[in-house]
Amino acid sequence: MLIDALLLQLGYNATLVAIGATLLGISAGVTGTFLFLRKRALVSDAISHATLPGVCLAFILMASFGGDGRNLIGLLLGSAVSASVGLWCLNWLTRNTRLAEDAAIGSVLSVFFGFGIVLLTVIQTLGVGRQAGLEGFLLGSTAGMLWTDAMVIAVGGAVTLLLIMLIRRPMTLVAFDPEYAAARGLPVSKIDMAMMGLVMAVTVVGLKIVGLILIVALLIIPPVAARFWTERSDYVVLLAGLMGGVSAYVGAALSASAPNLPTGPIIVLMSFALFLISLLFAPSRGVLAAILRHFRFQRRVHMRQGLLALAQGQPIYEKLTLRLLRKRGFVRADGVSTDKGKARAAKALRDEHRWAVVRSDQAHEAAAALYDGLRQIETVLTQDQIAEVDRQIGGPKEILA
Amino acid sequence: MSGEEFVPLSLTPLLIGIFAAVACALPGNFLLLRKQALIGDAISHVVLPGIVVAFLLTGAISAAPMMLGAAGAAVVAVVLIEAIRRLGRIEPGAAMGVVFTTMFAGGVLLLEQTDTSSVHLDVEHALYGNLESLIWLDAVGWSSLLDPEALAHLPVELPRMALTLLAVSLFIAVFWRVLKISTFDEGFARTMGIRTNLLGMALVITAAVAAVAAFDAVGSIIVIAMFICPPAAARMISNQLEGQVGWSVGFAVLSATFGYVLAGYGPLWLGAQDAVSAAGMIATVSGVILAIAARFGPCRTRSGAPVGV
Repeated sequence: MLIDALLLQLGYNATLVAIGATLLGISAGVTGTFLFLRKRALVSDAISHATLPGVCLAFILMASFGGDGRNLIGLLLGSAVSASVGLWCLNWLTRNTRLAEDAAIGSVLSVFFGFGIVLLTVIQTLGVGRQAGLEGFLLGSTAGMLWTDAMVIAVGGAVTLLLIMLIRRPMTLVAFDPEYAAARGLPVSKIDMAMMGLVMAVTVVGLKIVGLILIVALLIIPPVAARFWTERSDYVVLLAGLMGGVSAYVGAALSASAPNLPTGPIIVLMSFALFLISLLFAPSRGVLAAILRHFRFQRRVHMRQGLLALAQGQPIYEKLTLRLLRKRGFVRADGVSTDKGKARAAKALRDEHRWAVVRSDQAHEAAAALYDGLRQIETVLTQDQIAEVDRQIGGPKEILA
Repeated sequence: MSGEEFVPLSLTPLLIGIFAAVACALPGNFLLLRKQALIGDAISHVVLPGIVVAFLLTGAISAAPMMLGAAGAAVVAVVLIEAIRRLGRIEPGAAMGVVFTTMFAGGVLLLEQTDTSSVHLDVEHALYGNLESLIWLDAVGWSSLLDPEALAHLPVELPRMALTLLAVSLFIAVFWRVLKISTFDEGFARTMGIRTNLLGMALVITAAVAAVAAFDAVGSIIVIAMFICPPAAARMISNQLEGQVGWSVGFAVLSATFGYVLAGYGPLWLGAQDAVSAAGMIATVSGVILAIAARFGPCRTRSGAPVGV
């Protein structure tokens, strides 16, 4: 059943939903990356909640002029208008008052959403009938999707992607360093506006599939997950698009394969699964990599301390140190050092003396700054420099009785 | 309007609305100043999965386990946000977005997967509550306020909300001085020996308690609005923390009263038949108050910055 769904064998409607969702996922992931890098991820939350009054007003308008209140294009236009009003309020509040951006986001979100709910109840009491589809915009409903709806979503997603490709470079620059962008003569506020416009477009297009509460997840989770894998912004953009697309596609297919699996939440949970994998297993930024790094560091510290103790003939009691030394064949089971261990210990002690000379000599200031107890001296100084240091230390000295 | 009509139908929802609004606005002041305003938003989203899980475990709609479930979910969310922020070195806004959307999605999925058609538990209810239905059927007029028989049948939400408000006010009053110091200068607070991280956690938990109790009675939309709008509007009015808290309580009471009255009677004045959502209307009114304050408030600009920059 799931295989059928993944191969688009579950009939016309499921196929439409899957294709539409995939396009939406890709454009949401790509757009969200810029928002995330600009550190304004939650602005999308305000934008998406601000669409509700527009949807309701558009419905009331269309119904009162005798049309079908549920015309998708009309509803989406309405949502775009009210989302831009919300965005304008947000910008006005942050620029003209002392409120921080998070407070402005919260107030726009709650007030617009509250007003939308008032309008929803107004629609219910108007008794125009056939308003049942409107609640679907809260959490998305893909059940009764029509060919025209899917086309609107597909075209919307494609146009958004195209626009992003066009203004990708200035958006990246503004996301990383707005001051520098302004100094270069770029219109930062206009680029910000374009970024928000794209977010709004994705939100509006996604209303039908995942609903206005969960579209935020598609804009935030894939970019955050993609960020773990790479340090380059264009790869983050590509990866986020890929992750968004994959989770939307698999989510849509999963939800078509069994009853009672709503599309929007499944897509969100899929992208969270990808996020979790990234958080745990990503190289260098992932949790697992960090744990491995920690253990490697711990082993190196214990090894060095153990070798120095061996060289100076001190007894070793620390269990981990003993185990490490034994594993490398530096000590026997009873704690007495082997020949190999003696050689390594002597080298460790000699390097420690070399470092002491290097660190007391002003001429080696740059090299001395790299001393952390673990760095091999050969990686910092040349053979000639080490020979010079050895000359300063001098040969073996007689120990006075 | 006569007492026979007002007391049973409007008094209790109005009082519950006011208590909920004030209980949320009080901690909201500190969250706003600490730039954690969106914690309220996150908490109100994650309450849904908490309630659904509590329902699945107990199999019944009863208040105590649901409140526990919601509070548990709020704590889980706060811990998760903190964990993801630290482990992944992600900015707090994005970490919050990841956590609350995922938990909300999980709640919706659980709700769809289980058969809750027989009980009153759905997403719409969670979002905008049903303030209007919290009526006091046993009241016959103002005299019922002194009648123990009728008082015994008050909607349970009223005493619960009043208790929550009392607890929140107590917390704010007891910790007023340390809260104030650590909100404005966390480094200084630490040098004085104040455990700022514990205090911050306690504040978030207080906010969560207020949110969960209010959520049960009035839905999550009022919770978000009341955490942010009245304190934000009050911030435009006063430069003193005392003044800000005072104004925010006033604005919260005003929004709840006005919103409830407008929702209940506004449509009737316009000639329509039915009332509109009180929760939505209260949020809308608080937004209008914020808009007026943001336009005309005496302290609306950042100090030092000229208007319009």
